[in-house]
Parts: sequence; C-alpha cells; structure tokens
Amino acid sequence: MTQENTPDDTTALLVDGLTVIGRPSDVEIISGVSITVRRGEILGLVGESGSGKTTLGLSLLAHCKRATEISGGRVEVAGADLATLSEQGVRALRGRAVAYIPQSPASALNPALRLRTQLREALHDSSLSAGEVSERVREVLREVALPDDDAFLARYPHQLSGGQQQRVAIAMAFIGRPDVIVLDEPTTGLDVTTQAHVLDTIRRMTRDYGTAGVYISHDMAVVAGLADEIAVMYQGELVERGRTEEVMAAPGHEYTRRLLRAVPLLRTDHRPEESAPEEEPLLRVRGLSAGYGRTTVLEDIDVSVSRGECVALLGESGSGKTTLSRSVVGLHHQFSGEMLFDGARLATGSYRRTAEQRRRVQYVFQNPYEALNPRKRVRDQILGPYRHLVGRPQDPDAVVAEALERAALSASYANRFPEQLSGGERQRVCIARAVATKPDLLVCDEITSALDVSVQAEIVALLRNLQDAGMALLFVTHNIALVSNIADRVAVLNKGRIVEYGPVGEVMSAPEHEYTRALIADTPDFAPQGA
Amino acid sequence: MTRLIVVRLLFGALTLWAVSLVVFAATQALPGDAAQLILGRDATPERLAVLREQLNLGEPVAVQYMQWLQGIVQGDLGTSFSNRRPVAEYLASPVQSSLTLMGLSALVATPVALAVGAFSALRRDRAFDHTSSMGTLIVASIPEFVVGILLILLLGPGGLDLFPSVYARQGGPDQWILPVLTLSLAVAPPIVRMMRATMIEVLESEYVQQARLKGMSERLVLWRHAAPNAIGPVAQVVALQLAWLAGGVVAIEYLFNFPGVGKVLMDAIANRDVPLIQAVVLLIAGIYILVNLVADVIGLAANPKVRVANR
Amino acid sequence: MSTPSTPTAEAVAAPPRRRPGLFRTAWRFGRTKVGVVLTALVVLVAVVGPFVAPYTPTEFVAKPFETGVDGVLFGGDNRGRDVLTRFLWGGWTLLVLAGAAAGIGVAAGTVVGIVAGYQGGWLDNALMRVNDVLLAFPQLIAALLVMSIIGPQVWLIVAVIAVSHLPRVARVIREATRKVIEQDYVKAAEAIGLPRTRIMAVEILPNVTSPLLVELGLRLTYSIGVVAVLGFLGMGLQPPTADWGLMINENRQGMAVQPWAVALPVTAIAVLTIGANLITDGLSRAAIGIDRGVEK
Repeated sequence: MTQENTPDDTTALLVDGLTVIGRPSDVEIISGVSITVRRGEILGLVGESGSGKTTLGLSLLAHCKRATEISGGRVEVAGADLATLSEQGVRALRGRAVAYIPQSPASALNPALRLRTQLREALHDSSLSAGEVSERVREVLREVALPDDDAFLARYPHQLSGGQQQRVAIAMAFIGRPDVIVLDEPTTGLDVTTQAHVLDTIRRMTRDYGTAGVYISHDMAVVAGLADEIAVMYQGELVERGRTEEVMAAPGHEYTRRLLRAVPLLRTDHRPEESAPEEEPLLRVRGLSAGYGRTTVLEDIDVSVSRGECVALLGESGSGKTTLSRSVVGLHHQFSGEMLFDGARLATGSYRRTAEQRRRVQYVFQNPYEALNPRKRVRDQILGPYRHLVGRPQDPDAVVAEALERAALSASYANRFPEQLSGGERQRVCIARAVATKPDLLVCDEITSALDVSVQAEIVALLRNLQDAGMALLFVTHNIALVSNIADRVAVLNKGRIVEYGPVGEVMSAPEHEYTRALIADTPDFAPQGA
Repeated sequence: MTRLIVVRLLFGALTLWAVSLVVFAATQALPGDAAQLILGRDATPERLAVLREQLNLGEPVAVQYMQWLQGIVQGDLGTSFSNRRPVAEYLASPVQSSLTLMGLSALVATPVALAVGAFSALRRDRAFDHTSSMGTLIVASIPEFVVGILLILLLGPGGLDLFPSVYARQGGPDQWILPVLTLSLAVAPPIVRMMRATMIEVLESEYVQQARLKGMSERLVLWRHAAPNAIGPVAQVVALQLAWLAGGVVAIEYLFNFPGVGKVLMDAIANRDVPLIQAVVLLIAGIYILVNLVADVIGLAANPKVRVANR
Repeated sequence: MSTPSTPTAEAVAAPPRRRPGLFRTAWRFGRTKVGVVLTALVVLVAVVGPFVAPYTPTEFVAKPFETGVDGVLFGGDNRGRDVLTRFLWGGWTLLVLAGAAAGIGVAAGTVVGIVAGYQGGWLDNALMRVNDVLLAFPQLIAALLVMSIIGPQVWLIVAVIAVSHLPRVARVIREATRKVIEQDYVKAAEAIGLPRTRIMAVEILPNVTSPLLVELGLRLTYSIGVVAVLGFLGMGLQPPTADWGLMINENRQGMAVQPWAVALPVTAIAVLTIGANLITDGLSRAAIGIDRGVEK
C-alpha cells in the first residue's frame, strides 16, 4: 500500500476511500478502497467470490445492487465526480465515459432484441446521424473480429456462440469510446483458446482507445498476463496494490502469497520418465465410441490407467471428456468398444455391472453444491454407498471417521448437513464418500473448477496423497497447468478424438499435435518469482 | 415455428377427441342399462324405450360411439329430452349470453390486473405492493360463488341495494354488474401476481442491469428491454384465466340465474337431459382447450428462440 | 454475500447453524400466523360445533325464514330449522371431504409426478398425455359430469375431486423432480447402482417436499371450494344433511329477509379458504427462500 494516490493528467479513474454498505444490516461490503488507473493501462482486480470486487466494479458506474449503497469515499471518472452527478448526468456518463462488460454475456444481452438494436443504442450520442451510428457499429464489430454485415446484425443473441457473445459485449462497451471500462470476469466459461483471443482483443482495444481498464477476476494467472497493475481484494478490503511485476516478484500480503501459491504452474520442463506401465493396466479402453442419439461425441478412444497411476483427460468444453468419464463409471450408456477393468468387461450401464465393479470404480462430480443430497447428514452420505456396495458395517462410526480422515476432514463433520459446509468441505465429503468403499480407481470430473483457487490447491494436494496411497486416478480437466502438475500421463481430447497421448513430461515439453501446442501457447503465462 | 403450431393444433384436436371419449363413457357407456340409470327407478317403460332408441343402446358400444361422434362432427348434437328441440338450436342463445358475460369480464379484469401488477412491481415492497399482494391473495382464496354471495349480501337488495342480484329477462343493463364483477374478481388475482412476478424478474435480470449500465433512460429500459421479455408469460396466464372462465361461469350463472350455458347445464342435470349435458360439457371443454392452445401459441411466438429457429 | 471459504480442515469450531426448516421459516411470516389462527377458528367451529349446538339439525324451531324468535339466535332456515345448529353441524363434512380429496389427490399426483419425472421416456410421455386429457376438463365441470349421471355420493365426491387434482399435482411434482434429478447426487446414487425405487424414495422425495407441501395447501384450498360449490349447486351432500354448501343453496332464495342462513356458512368458507391460502403462501415463500439458499 505504498502507492501514491496523486492523480495526473493521464489518470482516467480515481477511487478514493470508497465504502459500500449493505442495507439494512450496515455491513461494509467494501471498506475504504482507493485505486487509480491511467489511460491505456489495465488494473487487475483480484479476489475470491465474496471479496467485494464486483460491488466495487459496479460502483464505478454509479450503480449499486439492490439493498446496497455507497456510504463514503469518492469516484472520479475522467475528472467527473460521480457523487455530484444528477441521474441524467450519470446516464450520459454511462456508455460514454465508463462502460461495463459483464461476466456472462449470455444473460446480459437482451434475448428479445436483435444485435443491431442493442449495439446502436449503446452509442447514445444525439449528435450523430443514423448513418454515422451504423458506420460506427460496423467499425467496432470489425475491431473485435466479428462480421459486420446486415445478416449478422439481424441476429438474436442466442444465435451466437459464447465467444461471439462476449465479443459483442466488448464491442458494445467500446462503441462509445469510453475513458474507463470495467470488465467483470469476462472470460468465465470460455475455453482457453477463445479466452486468449478475447484477452488479446481487450488488451489491444484499451491500448488503441487509450481507455483505462479495470479487469475483475479470481484468476491470478489471467491477470498476471494482462494487467499493468494488480490490486488484491480480501473480505472487502484492498490488501495489496502495485505494478504487476512487483506484486508477482514480492507479494507484500500473506493473502496474495496464498493466492500465488495456489495457482498451478504450467510445467513444460521434461521430467524423467516414470516406470513403464505394467502388463495389464487396471482400466483399459480400446476403440470406444460414444454419443447421444445419432450424434457421435467420441470416436476411437484408446486410454488406459495403471494401478496407482494418474491419467489426465484434457479437453475443452464439448471435447467429450465428461462423456468418456461417465462411460467409465456407467452413467453414460450409449457407447461401444472395449472397456476392461482388471481384465473383466465393464457393462454399459452401472446397473448391469457387478457390485464389486461398482465398488472399485468411484466417481467424484464437478459441482460439490449439487453432488450431496441436502437432506442427508454427512454420515449418511458416506454410509449409504458403503451399505449398498460393501454391506452393513460392524462399526459405522469407524467407517465414517476413516473416510473423512482420508479426505482430510475431522470426524466431527459426520453430523453436519451439506448446507453447513463450505464449497471445499463439500468436495472433501464427496471424496470421502467415494473413497469410503476403498475403490481402486477414482474418476474425478473437473472436481476443482467450481472452487476458489486457494481451495483448488488443497483438493489437488489431497488427490496426490490418495494416489500415493495406491489409488489410480482418471483426472478430467480443461486446465492444462493442473495436468502438468498432477498427472503421470495425459490424453488430449479435441472434438471427440484423442489427438495426443503420452507421459505428461513429453507432451508438455514437446507437444506433437498442433492443438496441444495451441493450448500450451494460449494458457496465460504465469511466473511468480517470489512465491 | 409453423410446424410447432401445427403440432399443437393436432394435439389439441387429439385431446378434444379424448375428451369426447370420456364424456361418452361417463354418460352412455355405463355398466348396466344406461337408460334406466339416466331416468332413474320410477321411469315409465315407454320413456325408457324412447331413450334406448335415441341413444342407439341396442347397438354395440363402439357403434353407439361412432354414431354419436359422427353426429357431433356434422353439427347434430342430438335432441334435448326435456323440450324436444335440437340441442344445437337450443344452445345458440345461451352460448351467446355466456360469451358476452365472459368477454365483458375479461375486458374489465385484464387491463386492471395488468396495471395493478406492473405498478406493484415498480413499487416493490412499498405500501401499494403489500396491499395489492394481500388483496389478491384473499380474493384468490375465496371460491368464486362465495365472492358472488358476499357481493350480493353487500351490494344486493339485502344490503346497500345498489344492483339487482338476480337476472331477469326484462331487467336493465345494471343486472350485468354483479355477475361481471364477480367473474372479474375471480379472474384477476393470478394475472396480477404473474404480472408482478414477471416484471420483477425481468427488471432484476442482467440484461436490464446491462441496459441501465449502458446509460439507457428508465423509459427505454422499461419499454424496449423489459416489456418484450415479459409479454410471453403474462399473455399465457391471461389466456389460461380466460380458459378458466369457461368452467367458472357455471356456478356464477346458477347463482345469478343468468341464462347462459352454465344455467343450461344445471337445468339439464336436474332433468337428466343427457344429449344436452353431453353437448354443454363438450362445448366448455372445447373452449377450454382452444383458449389453452392460444396461450401455448402466444408463448411460442413471444420467444425469439422459437420464432427464429424454424423459419 | 458470503465470506470467502477458509480452510477448516484442522480448525473445527462449532459448525455453522443449520437453516431453520420449512415450517419454522414459514412461521416467521406474519401472514402464516394469521392463516393458522383463521383456519384453527373454523376447524374449531366445525369440530366442536355438533357438541354445543342448541338443537338437533333436523328439528323445526321456527317458521321458514323467520327471525327474531326467542332462543333461536339466528332464526330459522328455509324449512324452519335452527340456522345456528345447522351451521355448527355443517362444517365437519366439508372438512373431512376436502381433506380426504386433497390428501388422496396429492399423494397420487406425487407418485405419478416422481415416476414420470424420473423414469422419463415413453412412460413419462404416456403419463403426461393422459394428464393433458384430464387437464382439458375444467375441475368443476368434470365433477358435475360424473355426479350428474352416477348421482351425488360421498365417495364419488372425494374420488372426482382427487382425480381432478392428480394431473395438476403431478405436473408440479414432475417439474420439481426433473430439477432434482439433474443434480449430481442422484447420478451418484445411480453410479453405485442403488435401485431406482430407492432413489425415488430416498434421494428424490425428500427433496421435493417443499413444492409438495405447497401443493397440499393449494389443493386443500381448492378442495374446500369445490366441495362447497358442489353443495351449493345441489350436487354434493343431499338433504337433510347439514352442510355449509347445501345450506347456501337451500337458503339463497330468502337471502334478502333471512341473510344469516347464507351469511354464516359463506363467512366460514371464506375465512377457512383465506386461512388455508395464507398458510400455503407462507409455505411457498419459505420454500422459495430455502431453494434459493444454496450459496455458490
């Protein structure tokens, strides 16, 4: 917090001691936050969910969510103090001096209006003629690399892909050549390649327009690659602020250090080869095809997992990786090909497999908020599968305690309901439920993606312990950095096919397929020296 | 979208056919002697014979149904037992009266309900909202005939004596007031609540927030961004409520002695006039299905995803 | 806004408190309390009424529609029977019939809804198509149709109303079920091969109780209305039974001279339905709050 707060003529945004409170409880959602951003630069505003970063972002547009209000401090956009503006003044400012790019364009674009209407109205400048407005709309569409023809402008939002929707949102924000632009996690839900393109566009546009950007994100890796300056928020307060290189090199606050440590690094160094897979792997998938109805989503898949090995399935959304993992556990029925577990064939549906097979292959789901029955205590969540697959335990408490312990939770959690657990704790309970039956293979479907970064790291450490204890893992993810850290071997899935398959070290250091190369190149560079 | 609508239409026709089966089964294809069952124990042998003849009870059930259905399709609804007139002809005037009553009620209820609902949403959690929410909740709870009786007790001859409580052929136009008011009160509450809920949902949506953050004026936000997204669900509820009216009129017409299809149905039931019962029930179900169909189509048309998908 | 989750693996203090249950949350709304009081009032009249009635429901104590007779508080009805006595006797039949109809209808609708929603496929299609046909009848018309031919009988009243509830309840519960089965805990149960009947009973049913209770309240309110209107139309319980709906029918001609015979049952029905609906509203508000309560 040693940064001086003196504005100069290049300052586009100045926030001084801003405090926002919630009504009616008077709880401070953000307290005394001060930031400045210069023209053409981007400030990365980092924090976990609930840290108040979105509230701060919205207050830069003089907008407060329901039941919140600004109780102190000052926001100046391009020299204009927001507090002194009338309602009309605020309206004139929005879109022109300060613009907003929302987290999910799918819900922020009006589903009932054509793109043309939504883009044109964003440029509310009465001095322009209709023709000039059209010209500007086309120009900005070209700048974000979207088609600018009439057919495209006549589309509705639902007719665009996620990446296109986000580009439209960016175009809509830049159309009025704003002084300040607030970006609220604009790449959430986009795959790495699309994310890289969108980030690129944002970087270029802020520089070309001389716009000051405030980029809100929970992802340290993205911010490190994009922002000139970083501000870290924790529980409503700004705990660290400085030039990106400095913060990365020498984080001053303990929380920042934790955030940095938690980010998985993309390891492209070549590691010594682990011992060659044994003769008969635990799980062998050969020539597998799977689909829904008449659409095929997976074709000709060959993968195997040996005992005690971690194999990663790496792919972006729509690559078919979840379908593959669900086929393994018997939740996706429509597949053909060979699937052998410990030498025996696995039937297509879980109900047609033996109890022993179901016991030995367990699954952990992506979203821990949906994977636990809200009406059951932790104890019953764990004992239910155990009773069904293993039998009535002699000492149920011991079974629960042991399972919880393997998931690094104390036995006192047994009597809680899911609602009394945090996201990370829920995922641990899910893991406890899966390991209670002592499986040989644990299938993990994006199990860290719904969690905050610092929690992700803990879960990954937990998985590594399980693997050390002899469990085989099939780890499904879109996060290439995570793969480079946890897996022994990796299968890269693209459009339903495995394009590259081999030991992680080899694949990362010398990717053979161009898709893998692109993935590695598009992953944000992140190299904290001091962490 | 045309294809979707055609599918719905076909399905509506199918439902109507299924309804005809149920009506037929419930009235004619009963176990035992339907004629005896219909006319009761003390029916004369002659009347029983006439009825058996008219209902083709001598034939197998399937043939009876086919003949009955054929008649309906050709517009021949049979002949009323009680007054020996063709049912279709007999029903013409009551149908007209009932439709007028329903139409008037819809005309009164819909705009008022929409306005109250929208205003409640804009004044969310203020006095007006609380009052209207409580009011609609209370009115929606009470069975409509009870609402009617309460209105009669309050405004009718026994109370303030403002309006007549019974419909008479020579009566003035003010005898329409209480029936229309009763039906309007019965129809309005769900519309109010839906309008309010939809408006709130739309106003709190991210795209409305985004429109505000783009610097749109409140008027533009309301009319350009919010309204088009609210039309669909609200129009559907309005249509559903109008469909409800088709069944709801029965008790109200009986209460006010109003000469519509509901009254005809009750008289027909009292006289065990089977062809008339069949015709009225089919008619009401038909209107009900038709209006529901309209609601469906409106819902489809208001959704750009559907509208654009199947050009 | 929730505070960021901190690692609690070792630091296990007292667990956060559970959210209060549906009933407790509902009870916090003033309207729920009012609803309970109103409902209890009418139920009390209906249950205790027969024991404190001054006369028997069928004895003649006055001239038809006569008021102001000594010892006959609310006067005589259309045949000169004591209005107060008939009012006190006329409630429990309504409550029992409406309660039975709502209970049976909701139970059956829940089973159909969960099975259709969970099993999906042709079974879901078949059940929902039958549902659509049943829905094509306005509730009252279906009841009248059957009553008019078979004749008004008590079991039939219950059956007809229950059947008319079934498709409506099934539709709501099916939607709720479909939301639940998208959740991964149902898939987790499938992955370990838990029998489908057990999944429906253990994983799904407990998680649709909120809409279920709301439906029960709603259907109870409707049942009261339908039983009453059937009585009012002369298609419900038959004379000389004392029944609120029937009382209104019998005495409505004399409403101008003897309003009590109509006003008492009408008020009771109105208060009862308002009470039941207020409770239902409280429950549904609580249910929305609970369903939303999962913070992400």
